[in-house]
Amino acid sequence: MKGLLKFITCGSVDDGKSTLIGHILYDSKLLYTDQEQALRLDSRVGSRNGEIDYSLLLDGLMAEREQGITIDVAYRYFTTDKRSFIVADTPGHEEYTRNMAVGASFAELAVILVDASQGVLVQTRRHARICSLMGIRYFVFAVNKMDLVNFSEERFEEISRQIAELTEELSLSNTTVIPLSATDGDNVTKLSQRTPWYKGTSLLEYLEEVEISPENAGKGFYMPVQRVSRPDRTFRGSQGQIEAGSVSVGDEVRVLPSGETASVKTILAAGKETETAFAGQPVTIVLDREVDVSRGCVIEKDSGLAPYRELSVSLLWMDDAPLSPGKEYLIKLGTKQIPGVLTKICYAVDINTGKHIPAESLSKNGIALCEIVLSEAITADTFALHRTMGELILIDRVSHATSACGVVQALSGQARTGNAASFVYGGVSARGDVFEEFFYDTETLSVFRYQPVTSTYTVGDTIPVKGESYSYPDSFDVIVLRDRAAVKVRDRVVEAVLPLEEYEFTGLPLVNGRGFEIFADSPETFRRFLTEYEDAGDHERPEFFRKWVRFDTYRKVVIR
Amino acid sequence: MADLSHLDQLEAEAIYIIREVAAECERPVMLYSIGKDSSVMLHLAMKAFYPEKPPFPFLHVNTTWKFKEMIEFRDKTAQRLGIEMLEYINEDGVKQGINPFDHGAAYTDIMKTQALKQALDKYGFTAAFGGGRRDEEKSRAKERIFSFRSASHAWDPKNQRPEMWKLYNTRINKGESIRVFPISNWTEKDIWQYIRRENIDIVPLYFAAERPVVERDGNIIMVDDERFRLREGEVPQMKSVRFRTLGCYPLTGGIESTANTLDEIIAETLSSVESERTSRVIDNEAAGSMERRKREGYF
Repeated sequence: MKGLLKFITCGSVDDGKSTLIGHILYDSKLLYTDQEQALRLDSRVGSRNGEIDYSLLLDGLMAEREQGITIDVAYRYFTTDKRSFIVADTPGHEEYTRNMAVGASFAELAVILVDASQGVLVQTRRHARICSLMGIRYFVFAVNKMDLVNFSEERFEEISRQIAELTEELSLSNTTVIPLSATDGDNVTKLSQRTPWYKGTSLLEYLEEVEISPENAGKGFYMPVQRVSRPDRTFRGSQGQIEAGSVSVGDEVRVLPSGETASVKTILAAGKETETAFAGQPVTIVLDREVDVSRGCVIEKDSGLAPYRELSVSLLWMDDAPLSPGKEYLIKLGTKQIPGVLTKICYAVDINTGKHIPAESLSKNGIALCEIVLSEAITADTFALHRTMGELILIDRVSHATSACGVVQALSGQARTGNAASFVYGGVSARGDVFEEFFYDTETLSVFRYQPVTSTYTVGDTIPVKGESYSYPDSFDVIVLRDRAAVKVRDRVVEAVLPLEEYEFTGLPLVNGRGFEIFADSPETFRRFLTEYEDAGDHERPEFFRKWVRFDTYRKVVIR
Repeated sequence: MADLSHLDQLEAEAIYIIREVAAECERPVMLYSIGKDSSVMLHLAMKAFYPEKPPFPFLHVNTTWKFKEMIEFRDKTAQRLGIEMLEYINEDGVKQGINPFDHGAAYTDIMKTQALKQALDKYGFTAAFGGGRRDEEKSRAKERIFSFRSASHAWDPKNQRPEMWKLYNTRINKGESIRVFPISNWTEKDIWQYIRRENIDIVPLYFAAERPVVERDGNIIMVDDERFRLREGEVPQMKSVRFRTLGCYPLTGGIESTANTLDEIIAETLSSVESERTSRVIDNEAAGSMERRKREGYF
């Protein structure tokens, strides 16, 4: 028995996608008797004059039945003697393109229907293009309604030539063309007597036999962290799904974006302890020492992954509101979600011809290459090299709609990884975000921050207390809550780097790990500040910060 | 490199989804209906977070007409696993004496749909896991894994949020909520095979045993307690029956069977000519009845 095959059916309106799948299910005796009975009852009132309307097996929404069209993807599950299948039957109307794309993002193979009487249409091209964009590598072009063209070989050859042109234009590999009739069943599950000139297999036979080569998930091992599990003080594990490669106990791994390394102490795969875990498995990884890991980080080994701030992305626009450059969106990539500005549309793609055309804006169902600048560097890669690090969605910050999906084509603005700690002494280390610069970017009309300083300071070192966008007093204390550390600076010199527990309020100016003033003027208020920080859940953080810190005492935003 | 089996892939997908919700949603809850699908979902949640307990509570919406064995099983399971199990009953409905014998569709609406909405509102849950599967019914086959509900819990099937790859957008406005279906892509057969593989405890009602039943309108209904209203001429008879799905006992049809091991149940399921929904009395209505209920806030 071959492995599971996930495929979609797509193509233009009325090309017979739902009918085709309905027919496969019916012919393969894959319906339960009550479903078959319901189908006969439903068909009696349908448009086929009492003949069985196979599409009713899939068009399950009331609006779809009323209008006789497919609006959203339907998923069906069936098993023949040779293979198990999940098929996503997708809508053909341009209006519902995004629903078709949802199906395409899930599939390994696309069955694209072409109406024999109409040939390759704009919508056929659009769907083939989107399938290819979303990473589908196997294509079957099902030339349907052969009954309407009297099973003409000549007509089939003509359409095959149109398909060959499209295939070449999109550089599609692994394509097959099959003539069939979804309503009558010719070449659907078995070869038809009416196409003696056709030498291939029926559609179902093809689907049962096709070998899907394993996807190239990318080199090395990597796992985007979904969440950090801390049931008690003794346990701290990073949970996620391994996207490529394998990891074993004892392996030295790196956490991105910080670049800190640690070795793997324990691996739990789906709840069970194991020595080695592989791509596809959900795991919890325990490291041998405390490093900075949180949701959105990536744990990796030999993958070559790195954090970047600028992405070139092929986008499919899905929002009713058109895309306009300069707007800020939330970008979700891997398990990371951060703000980013869509700075520029490099070009839009003509759905029909594939030509690159200049564009100022992009409307629903359009495809374009765009540049995105992120508010901070995140671990990303091209779709071609590390697939899941190159898939992203854009979320509208106000409507919360998923405005677009896309794949990364190129990256720039690589950020420094290396040692993230800027203050180190003894066993204590603290991040140096106090040296971050804040600037207003006049091109994107947004505020960004970056950290130009890569030095590490220890006791006795002199630090720069003035930068482009910050100016601290000569003597002050830094409270780095995330690292539970405090840094004492006296006359621009690091006097001490100590665990937070050992720090006592001194009365000198206080800043937090990011260089914001902390409103604490006595040992009591300082203690309250720490307690409230501990007690504040993620959702109370804004309130906590509003109450306790102030940005513009020592900092400002500079214009670039 | 080890190739993951079909069940391993389904398990991985479900665990990924459950963890995403725990990480991103403000106040999640897992609906627990005590049935086999819920048992699988609970098992997946335990595995997803181990050694931590699932970082959310479980909720059972009790219509007060569940099989006795289901309630016993629920309490035993919650205690054994050390999880927080909430129970919600629509007390107004109880006071009004709403029952499956007199009130038909209104019973389902008041004791299930309304009760669920009340429970979600009471605790302010922003995301609720459900054990729905796409192979169950045609409108479910159309539903996303992350399915959004308006402040009045209504589903808008014509305008579902796109769901690409496994990049789930969980952002909602105040008052809105999400239903999340981690086992959307499982079939009934997958469920049973996974129960066997993982040795998951399920309610004994799934196994054949001699039980007091009556035959009514083509369904075999178990007389589970003295509240059952016998019609004239009906006399409960002992028969070897089991249940393919579990719900309110007066609305759940059993099948005559002697299958009392998982292997026998799987064999019987695979050769069945009828879908599991035929055993739910409430579903045998007009096409679209499930969608209509879902639009109104049914899970």
